[in-house]
Amino acid sequence: MASKTSGNWKGWAQFAVAIAALIVLPFFLYPVFLAKVLCFALFAAAFNLLLGFAGLLSFGHAAFFGFSAYVSAHAAKEWGFTPELAILAGTVVAAFLGAVIGLLAIRRQGIYFAMVTLALAQMVFFICIQAPFTHGEDGIQGVPRGHFLGIVDLESNFAIYYFVLAVFLIGVMVIYRTVHSPFGQVLKSIRENEPRAISLGYDADRYKLMAFILSATIAGMAGSTKVLVFKLASLTDVAWQMSGEVVLMTILGGVGTMLGPIVGASIIVTMQNYLAEVGQLTLIIQGLVFMFCVLLFRRGIVGEIKHRWTQMRGGKDEPAHLSPGKATGETDGAPVTHG
Amino acid sequence: MTDIAIETEGLTKQFGGFYAVQGVNLQVKRHTIHALIGPNGAGKSTCFNLITKFLQPSSGKIRLNGQDITTTKPAALARRGMVRSFQISSVFPHLTCAENVRVALQRQMHNSFKFWKPESVLHELDDEVDEILKSVGLWDMRGAMAVELSYGRKRLLELATTLALKPEVLLFDEPMAGMSTGDIQMVVDLIRKAAEGRTVLMVEHNMGVVADLSDTITVLQRGQVLAEGSYEEVSNNPEVRAAYMGGHA
Repeated sequence: MASKTSGNWKGWAQFAVAIAALIVLPFFLYPVFLAKVLCFALFAAAFNLLLGFAGLLSFGHAAFFGFSAYVSAHAAKEWGFTPELAILAGTVVAAFLGAVIGLLAIRRQGIYFAMVTLALAQMVFFICIQAPFTHGEDGIQGVPRGHFLGIVDLESNFAIYYFVLAVFLIGVMVIYRTVHSPFGQVLKSIRENEPRAISLGYDADRYKLMAFILSATIAGMAGSTKVLVFKLASLTDVAWQMSGEVVLMTILGGVGTMLGPIVGASIIVTMQNYLAEVGQLTLIIQGLVFMFCVLLFRRGIVGEIKHRWTQMRGGKDEPAHLSPGKATGETDGAPVTHG
Repeated sequence: MTDIAIETEGLTKQFGGFYAVQGVNLQVKRHTIHALIGPNGAGKSTCFNLITKFLQPSSGKIRLNGQDITTTKPAALARRGMVRSFQISSVFPHLTCAENVRVALQRQMHNSFKFWKPESVLHELDDEVDEILKSVGLWDMRGAMAVELSYGRKRLLELATTLALKPEVLLFDEPMAGMSTGDIQMVVDLIRKAAEGRTVLMVEHNMGVVADLSDTITVLQRGQVLAEGSYEEVSNNPEVRAAYMGGHA
């Protein structure tokens, strides 16, 4: 407790450095690539809010990411929404979709929860194939990036990057605040020991539903933003593989850490981009990297670094159990101890 | 208000064709310590889970302070002042000791849905948290993760968390299970202190503890009430002796 203020100060300094890095980065790397990384990083961070802090493994997050992408693409292209309003539309729809899917899925535990979310996400996928406004296999192409607030033209790649950066920061701050709030505290207690939380008078389902809706909303925000970067909404965004990818990103980076999903998403997106020449091999390499990580550092990259660091300083340990072990009903070597 | 805190009427729980609890009528008087004992498989834990609503009874009624709670949800029951503990120590392993207690205290602040508020609003509970941790001798461990505590200390932390809710009715499921002799005396003292002005119902195997603490004892056997009374009455009951020894007295 004594080091709290200095800890805060350090935290702010790190935050400032990170922001500065994000601002200068597009001068060295292709801005559209960076914007893509940020979109997926936000998606993974939203997913991590659910898996890392509520202990719920959703296998249907593509539904929120992808469906919102269609909504915001349609709003921007057909209705002429400005970019911020298009994103808002996608985000609001994701919140409603999250409420519906969450309400149906939240009553199930562990692997059954994952299966129900997958099944409902597949229904959303089929709606996206059939509904006329999504244009089936073609997707919605040539979505205009538009003018931010009707003034700033986002057609330039630099402009869209900074716009995405702003959205990303808002999303991450919402997640950070949620995790470090009175609500987040109750959520963590439910993740840690649900029967005990109930016996203290908390209706676990209501908190889990709230976390689910928040996670879906921010996933939708990420999907809507991605549309403006690529000017395209397609079936890829809403397919089940996307749900799997976000699980991969989050676990690779470190479940239950703020930075983990962002690092994980960066690695996966970078690999996909730079290994694109080798085609199908990308998936094999991705698989190997994932296996390597799961075997060597269960806490994920960020989780492991944090753990080593605190161990070196003899401080308190960070949760090691935050693998999806609890959600799948298994404890893969990093046991969930309820005793 | 009646002077009966918890009352069950014809409480029955059926698992398939097996009656785990059958027609149990229990009356726990206000501000007393009531123990539920019986040989293994007598239905104590089932009975306990029924009363705390972690199981739904097949038939029968449960009343808390005269009000029917047969269909109340467990979390709602906790908010009405009836808080349970668990057989295995039940803490939040990867929260610190202070956070464990604070989660319980937090409920009364009615901010537990406010995901937009900073965690620092919870600091106003710090003094109360410290006080509660001191009362169970865990204050010097307040920054430690609960998972790092010894078993006995986990139980103390659980007790502290339970007491933080200032419950009117306390239910302990084998509070002494797995505790060392030294710790047992400490927990007995804590329960006695906690029971002042409260109603306690506990399931317990340790007869020394039961004899020491309980005002009334109910003996269960095969899901039914075999005997009820003070420790002297119950321990001299030939049927009870037979149930425990397996022979005929």
